[in-house]
Amino acid sequence: MSLHPFGIELLQFVLLLGLAPAFAGWVKTLKCLAQGRTAPGILQPYRDIRRLFGKDIVLAENASWIFRFTPYLVFGVTAVAAGIIPLISVDLPLAATADVIALVMLFGIVRFFTALAGMDIGTAFGGMGSSREMMVASLAEPAMLMAVFTVSLASNSSSLTQMVAVMGHAEFVIRPSLAFALAAFIMVALAETGRIPVDNPATHLELTMVHEAMILEYSGRHLALIEWAGMMKLTLFFALGIAAFSPWGIASDGDIGALLLAFGSLLLKLAVGALVMVLIETGLAKMRLFRLPEYLGSAFLLATLGMIAFFILE
Amino acid sequence: MILLSLLGISILVALLLAFIGDWRYAPEINIGGSLLTFFVSLVLALQVYREGGSIAGSDYFFVDYLNISLVVLTTFVSTTTAIFSRRYMLVEREHGRVGHWRMRFYHAMFQLFIFAMLIALVTNNFGVLWISMELATLATVLLVSLYRTPTSIEAAWKYFILCGVGIAQALFGTVLLYFAAERVVGAGGNALLWTNLSQVSGQLDPTVMRLSFVFLMVGYGTKAGLVPLHNWLPDAHSEGPTPVSAVLSGLLLNIALYALIRCKALVDGSLGSGFAGNIMMGFGLLSLLTAAFSMLRQKDVKRLFAYSSIEHMGIATFAFGLGGPIATFGGVLHMIVHSLAKSATFFSVGHAAQMHGTQEMAQIRGLIRGNPAVGWGLFLGVMALAGMPPFGIFTSEFLILTATMKDAPLLTPLLLLGLAVAFAALFRKVQPMVTGLIPAGQKQLTAANIPVFLHLALVLLLGIYLPGFLANWFHLAVEILK
Amino acid sequence: MTHTFAVQLNSLLAALILLTAFALLAQRKILGLVHIFAWQGFFLALSTAVIGYASGEHHLYISSLLTLVMKVILLPYILYTLVRKLKVHRDIDAVVNIPTTMLLGIMLVVFSYHLTAPIRELSNLMTRSTLAVALATVMLGMLMMVTRRHAVTQILGFLAMENGLFFAATSATYGMPMVVELGVALDLLIAAFIFGIFFFHISTTFESLDVEQMAKLKETD
Repeated sequence: MSLHPFGIELLQFVLLLGLAPAFAGWVKTLKCLAQGRTAPGILQPYRDIRRLFGKDIVLAENASWIFRFTPYLVFGVTAVAAGIIPLISVDLPLAATADVIALVMLFGIVRFFTALAGMDIGTAFGGMGSSREMMVASLAEPAMLMAVFTVSLASNSSSLTQMVAVMGHAEFVIRPSLAFALAAFIMVALAETGRIPVDNPATHLELTMVHEAMILEYSGRHLALIEWAGMMKLTLFFALGIAAFSPWGIASDGDIGALLLAFGSLLLKLAVGALVMVLIETGLAKMRLFRLPEYLGSAFLLATLGMIAFFILE
Repeated sequence: MILLSLLGISILVALLLAFIGDWRYAPEINIGGSLLTFFVSLVLALQVYREGGSIAGSDYFFVDYLNISLVVLTTFVSTTTAIFSRRYMLVEREHGRVGHWRMRFYHAMFQLFIFAMLIALVTNNFGVLWISMELATLATVLLVSLYRTPTSIEAAWKYFILCGVGIAQALFGTVLLYFAAERVVGAGGNALLWTNLSQVSGQLDPTVMRLSFVFLMVGYGTKAGLVPLHNWLPDAHSEGPTPVSAVLSGLLLNIALYALIRCKALVDGSLGSGFAGNIMMGFGLLSLLTAAFSMLRQKDVKRLFAYSSIEHMGIATFAFGLGGPIATFGGVLHMIVHSLAKSATFFSVGHAAQMHGTQEMAQIRGLIRGNPAVGWGLFLGVMALAGMPPFGIFTSEFLILTATMKDAPLLTPLLLLGLAVAFAALFRKVQPMVTGLIPAGQKQLTAANIPVFLHLALVLLLGIYLPGFLANWFHLAVEILK
Repeated sequence: MTHTFAVQLNSLLAALILLTAFALLAQRKILGLVHIFAWQGFFLALSTAVIGYASGEHHLYISSLLTLVMKVILLPYILYTLVRKLKVHRDIDAVVNIPTTMLLGIMLVVFSYHLTAPIRELSNLMTRSTLAVALATVMLGMLMMVTRRHAVTQILGFLAMENGLFFAATSATYGMPMVVELGVALDLLIAAFIFGIFFFHISTTFESLDVEQMAKLKETD
């Protein structure tokens, strides 16, 4: 029995929307365990979102349409990205319309509007957060593209589904280029999703926060949407990493058995990936802001080295 | 056997000097060892002359007309330098600039340096050539900083680092050479032997050889002090003790140039074009011009002559780059007469600086009145270096100019300009030093005059009369480079 | 170990050597630099052994052992002791800021690739593609010596260049003749002896190992 491609697409949307809070909860639980605290449980993010949906919205007097429009846009665009990244199968009709460059651009739109909304109210924190976020973005995006391009080179395509299809069936070869690209990707992904050592998602300390400073003025369902989108983004980056660097197990069509298998392997990989991230986060301290250019510069360098290694050595 | 004793003596003397330390007769042992090596080299030269051609001692060493000339030159100059250094270092000790340990070190390193240069000259293997060049550098680095003054340490560090970087390029060039050779000669140690490579140079891959030569040029060019790789040279040659300056300027630069022309011969054989020659001409001309103009601005007397060394190395490199029998003959002759004249000048300069307690030219005055031997020695040495007839440098420069007019007439004005500026700079700076009244505070000392005038006499002799057998000899040396 | 696997492993090691060359450019702490240098030597020794195994050129095992002893144990140990003894703990400032140095470094890698392309065409050895990495390591070592004005970093740059040259020899021709390799190692040993002496001289004369202070010798005007 096989599922229609549009069915798979739909399934992916549902999967991402549903799975993202649980994944965020899993990360938080692991982190609590690593720090010796009592975890609130994997389901806590669901409860948070439900609570926020139930609350009223408090809007600043001078909030413009941008401020009100941004949460919906952020949520919508992030969800669209789920249609491009092969979570469980490569048989995605939407994926033909957008490749990995478009994906990076989608994330760019999200970031752009969040930054605008941060400045919209005119508070000091919002502006500060926006400016920091844009600095990180301007450095992280080139590195991100370079890292993914290296994989594209190895698979001769910039389409994610194509990359997965090729890499998933290649025999095992030691490829220095991919090793470098993976290292760079991890570094950039930590920056893009606002994790330690670039940003601390758990802090509201004025000197250090980046992403939190931008969304400080949000409340109620706006905040719920933005938080949810943030969790989805985290999940998507993991999915992207999985698709690019360890695509084994992702189904090549809509066969139910293969899909179930893919789902299982996805869960496993996410769980392991989160563990790795938590280990990194626990092992590192947050970097001073002006060291960030160097950190992201190194990521860019690694990605470029990966690309060079592809040409020189492979 | 003779070859081995040539190399063995200097290393044994080096060990002996390191072992016995600053014994009273250490300078004499130093002289004796050098003299012995000189005699052995003469015997070897005679053997080459009699047997007419090259002697391959084994796979490792060989001598032909070209390198035996330089071996004799090297051992001769090192002997006279050792004689000079005995008197000179005695004065330095009295002035308290060097102590017990450093003298011991100085003598041992001096012989080690000679050893490294001799290996570089007689080795058959391009890899060993590189190793001994590096060894010669390392042996002299600590000699340059012998006085431990801030400036001497700075100069030695610069020398160490810049030459290290430079010579690393030469090793890469050697790797490429080996790569090209291996495809023709086959793998193993034989692929780097000059005696094998010169036979098959026509079969070496031109692309690789071209690349290889660029690296070799940069590497050995740094050691030869060619502009723009010369930055370390004025410092290193001016901050060390004067005997060290004399052998660095007079001998080590020659060895680097020797390595370069051996490589050029191979590349020419492979490419069959003027590629290597053009690069060398460019470097040579640039060195000549830059050094000539820099000489105008110098205040330190030893720096002045360090730049003069760059200038003369430039001329010789240019000559070898130009190629052809006349220019190459001029180049070989130039290497020899420059070496003799430059070391003689440094000997005089060393004594002059000791008399005045400074190396600043503005304070050195009235040398001819103060100490006629030193004064005249300096004056005549400078005249020789400036290319005045009837000294030998005039002859070699004249030959090179003639060849330039014939083969590259457009470059003649540049060459003439460089020579004229260098002449003007030397004359302007040195004339007030040797003439005039004795300044207050000038000290008297017993100078070592024999080395200076022996060298100058030889330079003069080579200028007015080149014995038939010697001319023939040089022609045969030139043949090798074709 | 199959032949293809050896080639892949060697490529990976080459990539790691290149990475350490860049890490040397990026690292600020002196002891960190010494550690990275030791790692570079280790990868080099391993790569030499792998090439020796795959090509059947068993003299490479000796070279590999020599590298291991010299560049992983002896030289880092000497440097480590010197740095401890001379109390050089401060971070080292670079003349050019680090990101710019990195970009320059990338350009040098591309340049080396371009330069060695003809040899890659000609050679039929399994290691032909790593020659570009070797030359790049040499160039990066040179860049390090130019951009870092500290005695220890300059020496590390020098040693990294030596690593690159050694790697070049194994990549291009499966190593130089034995007499040459031994000679180069001997030179390196003497050089180590000399820079050790120099560190003491410089630090006692200038009260720091910062080479920037050594600027007395200039062209006089």
